[in-house]
Amino acid sequence: MTDTDRELRVSKIRNGTVIDHLTAGQALNVLALLGIDGSGGETVSVGMNVPSDTLATKDIVKVEDRELSQSEVDVLAVISPEATINIIRDYEVIEKQRIERPESVEGVLSCPNRNCITTGDEPIRTRFAVLEEGLRCHYCDEIVRESEITSHLTVT
Amino acid sequence: MRQDHLISATQLSRADIEAVLDRAAEIDADPAAWHGRHSGSILGLCFFEPSTRTRMSFDTAMKRLGGRTTDMGAVESSSVKKGETLADTMRVLEGYADALVLRHPSEGAAAMAAEFVDVPLVNAGDGAGQHPTQTLLDLYTIRENAGLDDITVGIMGDLKYGRTVHSLASALTNFDVRQEFVSPESLRLPRSVRYDLHGSGAQVREHTDLDGVLADLDILYVTRIQRERFPDENEYRKVAGEYRIDAEDLDVAKDSLTVLHPLPRVDEIAPEVDDTRHAKYFEQAHNGVPIRMALLDSLLETDTEGDR
Repeated sequence: MTDTDRELRVSKIRNGTVIDHLTAGQALNVLALLGIDGSGGETVSVGMNVPSDTLATKDIVKVEDRELSQSEVDVLAVISPEATINIIRDYEVIEKQRIERPESVEGVLSCPNRNCITTGDEPIRTRFAVLEEGLRCHYCDEIVRESEITSHLTVT
Repeated sequence: MRQDHLISATQLSRADIEAVLDRAAEIDADPAAWHGRHSGSILGLCFFEPSTRTRMSFDTAMKRLGGRTTDMGAVESSSVKKGETLADTMRVLEGYADALVLRHPSEGAAAMAAEFVDVPLVNAGDGAGQHPTQTLLDLYTIRENAGLDDITVGIMGDLKYGRTVHSLASALTNFDVRQEFVSPESLRLPRSVRYDLHGSGAQVREHTDLDGVLADLDILYVTRIQRERFPDENEYRKVAGEYRIDAEDLDVAKDSLTVLHPLPRVDEIAPEVDDTRHAKYFEQAHNGVPIRMALLDSLLETDTEGDR
């Protein structure tokens, strides 16, 4: 069975984004990252713990009529560095988006430090420097371990 | 960000520190020579939480340089009470002064404010974050009493929330200093400070009691165990008593041990210690003026030269 066949276990999409080779267990976090909870009416397909040739198991998320912002890709690169992003048009892959570990992540995570200036009403976006094993708030220096990152996603 | 904002001790190199300390020593040696050096300059004091030493020493330092200060006053009587953001307040105040000093209860406040102003901004304490000018006067006092290389510094008390500790620990990594941290388990250094210390290759050890390390110390830097951090008063009492020093405790210390404290103290240093040769915390507080004169002189000099 090829990877393509396995992808068919969750239906093909006409237009949108396929986020493949996600670290097993990250699919729901990716939905949270994208702010998808079903209430917006999006068509979403999710495969979890799907057998994979390159990873023992993987998750896969397909989102109709949606592309990822750079900030979302940056967070994805931190929580699931092996992920691949394919942009789909008329059922064809028209672009494979590169995913690289960024130097910083802006605007999609809240700082877990309740006393950080970013938790107030100031006119600033959160900004985190990417460390080897986590993120660090640009403003208050709080360090967020990778395992904690998804708890602080700012669902938009 | 401007190069001449002072937000965190992590931005200070050894050369930066020595330049300020050397200038402070020149000021100490001949204070009169610095009078009037910045007449016409105005320093804005923006204190969003109470302060005695920091506020008054900045005020004094500016006046001794011949400048003046303008003070936003208590938060209760300012527009902050009406809900104005810190960003807006700072954008307004930068138009009133040649440099700004900010004390704020939130971590990261100074780093954020620095993004909104174009005059030099000095962090005078941001929540449990950083207090870099306190560190400069701490280092000045340490240099005067023990030198800054090949020494062992013990830092005891609330290491988790103590901003002076965070700044000092970071700045000491520029020197050949062994750092011994002593605190209750619940008040250990925060993850970010430990990360930086580890990354710098600093010689660091952590302890829950002072007994094992006191005899090795050249400097003992004591901070207040903050009662308000403990949900249970009994837990506070149990812990606080273990981190209190009296004159008898210091019998095992080196004759040359210098005891420092950023002040205010409550009961973590017994009053009898004040009369020993070890006590240097009032001298340390006094050093805030020449240090802040040196820093302001440097910032305003840079500004005058248009080096923005």
